[in-house]
Amino acid sequence: MQKSPSKQQFIQQYKRMVSAVTPKSKAAQGCLRAFWVGGVICVLGQVLIDVSMYFWQFSYTQGACFASISLVFLTALLTGIGIFDVIGKYAGAGTVVPITGFANAMVSPAMEFRPEGWVLGTGARLFTIAGPVLVYGIAASVLVGVIYYFLVL
Amino acid sequence: MILMYIKAFLVGGALCALGEIIILKTKLTPARILVCYITAGVILSAVGLYAPIVKFAGAGATVPLTGFGHTLAQGAISAVQEIGLLGAFTGGLAAASGGIAAAIFFGFLAAVCFKPKPKQ
Repeated sequence: MQKSPSKQQFIQQYKRMVSAVTPKSKAAQGCLRAFWVGGVICVLGQVLIDVSMYFWQFSYTQGACFASISLVFLTALLTGIGIFDVIGKYAGAGTVVPITGFANAMVSPAMEFRPEGWVLGTGARLFTIAGPVLVYGIAASVLVGVIYYFLVL
Repeated sequence: MILMYIKAFLVGGALCALGEIIILKTKLTPARILVCYITAGVILSAVGLYAPIVKFAGAGATVPLTGFGHTLAQGAISAVQEIGLLGAFTGGLAAASGGIAAAIFFGFLAAVCFKPKPKQ
């Protein structure tokens, strides 16, 4: 009879199989969480747009701006009282990709580096992550404007 | 109306799930994801691919950071149409000013009002 692998080896093999399989299901779970939390945040944004358009006769653009500002405010508040980190840990990209992620990336270091001073602590750290985002976003938009000017007009 | 919310949920959720996949596959940090999304939003908007998504999904497309890029690009384009080349520089920021100013103001306010929690 062929010698069966010892119990030790068998356990090792099993562990290897587990570690090979686990990340995949974790990825699926992470995507699902990101999907539903991100979806809910977007629905909230849509509600804010609709409410502002209905009650204050905002145009759609104004409504979208109002929704952004409200979501940013909510994020700042939830980050301040420490709830946002809990949601963020659960949802992963679900809170990073919407404008809440941008707001959290500003609020969080601004609070954290307050001991370093109001100017170089809070003032500078507000832009540790938001800075690059604005640099690339604005630079790209200027480029788009210039290209549009020469290409279309 | 209800349909709009469903569409916002599905499209917004899909954009977030895509972000999660990118984070898991490429080990990009969230900061790079934000930069990628806003740049992608500007480019998609400039070539005219993002406006239809906004029309279809409303806040599902404008709340994710790609929508922020869309606002920047459309602001720049419409300002160029109005005042010429100068608009390329003024339009983007002007259109996105609400969100940016709010993030700066509320971020600062939160730092004033709240003490950071010790990290576990």
